[in-house]
Amino acid sequence: MGEDTERHGIPGTIIFDGAEAKRGYGLNKMCFSFNEEANRHAFLADEDGYCRRYGLTDAQRDAIRRRDVLALLEHGGHPYYLAKFAGIFHLDVQDLGAMQTGLSKEEFKARLVEAGR
Amino acid sequence: MARIVGSIMSTHVPAIANALERHEEADPYWKPFFDGYEAVHSWLHEVQPDVAVIIHNDHGMNFFLDKMPTFAVGCAPEYRHGDEGWGIPTVDPYRGHPDLSWHLVEALVGDEFDVTTCQEMLVDHAVTNPMKLLWPGGGVPIVPVTVNTVMFPYPSAKRCFALGEAIGRAISCYDVEPDLRVVMIGSGGLSHQLEGTRAGFINKSFDLRFVESLTDDPRWATQFSGEDLVKETGSQGVELLMWLAARAALGATVRRVTWNYHIPISNTAAGTLVLEPAA
Repeated sequence: MGEDTERHGIPGTIIFDGAEAKRGYGLNKMCFSFNEEANRHAFLADEDGYCRRYGLTDAQRDAIRRRDVLALLEHGGHPYYLAKFAGIFHLDVQDLGAMQTGLSKEEFKARLVEAGR
Repeated sequence: MARIVGSIMSTHVPAIANALERHEEADPYWKPFFDGYEAVHSWLHEVQPDVAVIIHNDHGMNFFLDKMPTFAVGCAPEYRHGDEGWGIPTVDPYRGHPDLSWHLVEALVGDEFDVTTCQEMLVDHAVTNPMKLLWPGGGVPIVPVTVNTVMFPYPSAKRCFALGEAIGRAISCYDVEPDLRVVMIGSGGLSHQLEGTRAGFINKSFDLRFVESLTDDPRWATQFSGEDLVKETGSQGVELLMWLAARAALGATVRRVTWNYHIPISNTAAGTLVLEPAA
């Protein structure tokens, strides 16, 4: 993640504050809409059209297209709302953890077990 | 007057709902976690609470970024579990306790906590999972209290502690049902982080120090800022604020009834704690 997103000095972590809430409003609003099944279907039927309805930026639409979680965070996505996007593709938090850390799911799970020793 | 019988602190990891649905409680992955609830069930059987005040954080269910209250109190006759979008089974609505809710609102605002009142409130896994874990066969009516840990600035640990104290005072002067037995629930934690290249962050030593402090030195965690807590416990580990508030409702001295800690459940250091007021 870039310097800007680490301005609070916690490595690998974006503090979701007002600046992020503003940056990610449309993206997060779209993901919040996925609480409704009809909206999940509407998204799958026309992904980019659905993104445009919520006014996503080019960079956000590109990150949605690429299922790039780190880029979605970089562009103001909030983990709780992004989880609803990921859920459409049946990705759980350990799939997402693996994707974000560059590990396989098994490696990511092993790292969690290690943290308990 | 109503009386608080104790506080139960519990992890609310979404995957718990799926494990319960699949009856995986005895599975080697889940057993060390679910075993921690046996002592809680025995204690609940003993103290027989009539109502639960559940301090929790919303995860994009009842609140969106358009309106984000720092503290909100549910005043609804029932609380429906909404579709969370990623497929955990929904449960039947929980009954509310509007009389106690409105009493809390009156008392808290009177105590200078300017809470948002919600006569309709959807709940998510932060309410449903602790309820399912604590009362597998049903449950008591609830009063949900929501604390913002979605968007900075979060209320400080010091403020959450003070909120818990104010809830404790409010319950102790509720006289509509003089023998009402209230259990506090602090839902969330312990250390975990879901997002970013730091996903999977867990801090066992901090968790254990925090849990010790709840018995011995309950204000210990009030020294930390929201950012300090993210650094020490992970972005979502800040849910320990719910534990802190639920502890603060109990007054100065407490007795630990049971404690269980297991790493990992999903991406989380899972904790289950029961404290009761020391006589």
